[in-house]
Amino acid sequence: MARSKKISVDRRGFLKGAAAGAAAGAAALVVKPEIASAQEAKQAAEVHRPATPLPGAKQTAAETAPPPHVDVWTTDRPGSDFMVDVIKTLGLEYVAFNPGSSFRGIHESLINYGGNKMPEIITCCHEESSVGMAHGYAKIEGKPMMIMAHGTVGLQHASMAIYNAYADRVPVIVVLGNIADGQWRRSDVEWTHSVQDAAAMVRDYTKWDDAPVSLNGFAESMVRAYKIATTPPMEPVVIVADAVMQEEPLSDAERAALQIPKLTLASPPAGDYGAVKEAAKMLVAAESPTIIAGRVARTAEGVQLLVELAELLQAPIIDKHFRMNFPTTHPLYGSGSVASADVLLGLEVPDMWQNTHSQTPVNKMGMVAKRITKPGAKVITIYAGDLFSKSNYQDFGRYDEVDLAIAADAQATLPILIDECRKLITPERKSQIQARAAKLAETYHRNRQRDIEQAAWAFDASPVSTARMAAELWNQVKSEDWSLVSDLTFVSNWPGRLWDFDKHHQFIGGHGAYGVGYGAPAAVGAALANKKHGRISVNIQCDGDLNYAPGVLWTAAHHRIPLLTVMHNNRAYHQELMYVEDMAARARRGVEHAKIGTSIEDPNISYALMAKAYGMYSEGPIDNPNDLGPAIKRALDVVKKGEPAMIDLLTQPR
Amino acid sequence: MKLLIFTALAAGTAFAQGDAANGHKLFLRDGCYECHGYAGQGGVAGARIAAIALNAPGLIRYVRAPAGQMPAYTDKVISDQELTDIWAYLQTLPKAKPAKDIPLLNALEK
Repeated sequence: MARSKKISVDRRGFLKGAAAGAAAGAAALVVKPEIASAQEAKQAAEVHRPATPLPGAKQTAAETAPPPHVDVWTTDRPGSDFMVDVIKTLGLEYVAFNPGSSFRGIHESLINYGGNKMPEIITCCHEESSVGMAHGYAKIEGKPMMIMAHGTVGLQHASMAIYNAYADRVPVIVVLGNIADGQWRRSDVEWTHSVQDAAAMVRDYTKWDDAPVSLNGFAESMVRAYKIATTPPMEPVVIVADAVMQEEPLSDAERAALQIPKLTLASPPAGDYGAVKEAAKMLVAAESPTIIAGRVARTAEGVQLLVELAELLQAPIIDKHFRMNFPTTHPLYGSGSVASADVLLGLEVPDMWQNTHSQTPVNKMGMVAKRITKPGAKVITIYAGDLFSKSNYQDFGRYDEVDLAIAADAQATLPILIDECRKLITPERKSQIQARAAKLAETYHRNRQRDIEQAAWAFDASPVSTARMAAELWNQVKSEDWSLVSDLTFVSNWPGRLWDFDKHHQFIGGHGAYGVGYGAPAAVGAALANKKHGRISVNIQCDGDLNYAPGVLWTAAHHRIPLLTVMHNNRAYHQELMYVEDMAARARRGVEHAKIGTSIEDPNISYALMAKAYGMYSEGPIDNPNDLGPAIKRALDVVKKGEPAMIDLLTQPR
Repeated sequence: MKLLIFTALAAGTAFAQGDAANGHKLFLRDGCYECHGYAGQGGVAGARIAAIALNAPGLIRYVRAPAGQMPAYTDKVISDQELTDIWAYLQTLPKAKPAKDIPLLNALEK
């Protein structure tokens, strides 16, 4: 990395410079009398000039003795410049934050020393938005964004979003400002914004943290943090940047003594060879092998590998929609079931137990769990989560009895598994396996036809059905390079049922921990990543989710992030409405009151006006399904020009 | 709109009027739409209940002891008559057009 050519001024150098500057300044202040004419000049030359008196003892002492203490007011090289040098070595494209005084040093250095490039600052209105954006960005771009926040109040805002990223196995580089030494805290603001152990608040759901006490330590910790965050299982990491270290000057000599370690990413952990061979043996021998896909595909290559394995084994895929794992156009997509499998392969499935068991539903009393696999069925897991566990937060799910557990990254293990399967498949076995294809394809096409027929119900209804919304959107984005940057859960999975997903960037999965408020910022962050690829990002935005931190709409408008948002405006926290209805029916009372505390009505929120207020093109509310298509076309025209746009659509509940 | 429907209840021994207009009010008041949609179209959270073959007694039996995820609604929270009214309302909901007659869906056929 090129070092700054700026001349550093340390305390000592500064004092020298200040003295010289003061002398020059004094000279500049002596005003010479203006000489009006030659005659006056001659007269002036003849005027007797008295000799300049020698300086007295006091003046001599003042000019030769060491100068009195002078406050140092400026520096050309604060420590935060070096911190920016460190950040730049990591290749981070963006840093998102809501400004905060505890990291004002880095903030200023990013702008004026770093040139606001690599990383570029993304201004957010809430720390939850910063992390949510980084969450969505990472799932498109495959690498982390950095966010900054106060170590106290900022992190408190950010914490839910960090938990979502943690549960979703997404890397985020979190840098926190803090003033560790109480002697440097200048006000009650700085005392209340300081903390003894900033990362403690999120340590239960981050992978690693550090609070370095030197700039060399900062460099090493940032590089280490990046490496840890991006090694599967990927997770958020936290580094505390001390404010005094940011703001105090750094001399040339001190800077020369600092080093930024080289970043070498760790290769993702592949499965133990013997265990993978055993898995291949079980899968090739199986008559109805079935694959459950969790967070398998980290990149486009992951999709290709999963297709290769599925086709090799003629194993149907049960996709959990945590990532874009498998083409929805493929005849093995969704054409199997857990109950019919004789060997189940779980790839990056965070809670295999939930997939192999049923439980008493919420509408009934008590709790009985039953295994739903067929007798004798074997279960294999390949899961990076087995390499990293924490105790407090329960995202690890229930312990499942499996037959072979491979602690490894699934995508990194797939090439070896595919090779081993190939070795075991004889020509005779190959024809037996291929014989399964026709039946699976038939199931796929039957499912597809059923979905299309179901979409026809309520197609002309008002409020607009979520199937109609998906069909109208698909009609207009299918010929574009599109990317769905929102979840499928709350819209009855209609895009997943009607759209042709076949590229990794076309879907980013869901929340991770179902922390509501993720949707809007993750969509904007994913759209930010899609921007340089020229993709049309589409966000189906739940109304309840948007109301957590709608300021991210301003961020999208301010940074010219192309994103088409269609509101799924069902005017309720609808999942909770259904749960309260369940509870009322269980208790045999008041089913008609379930909307209390769950509806978002009276007054109805105008999301179109909200978007306009934040500077975004918008239309709506639309409740006539026939008005939706033309509105999407107009909004897409705006998006294609590089701006975000929103359509407020009144929708059926799910 | 008031649709009068005579329905056999309790194995055909009793008859009740089904008031579709009241059924619509109850459909909204008691939250049927929450899982089944305003048009009874169904979705991930609940089955389609528009244009179903189930008769009123069948609906009542199902609602009292449903399969799957649906909560059981006892006669303390909704009476047989009210369920009959809801059933009458459900009979008024239109069937879907064939997907092949809807251009956006026909385009999805492969």
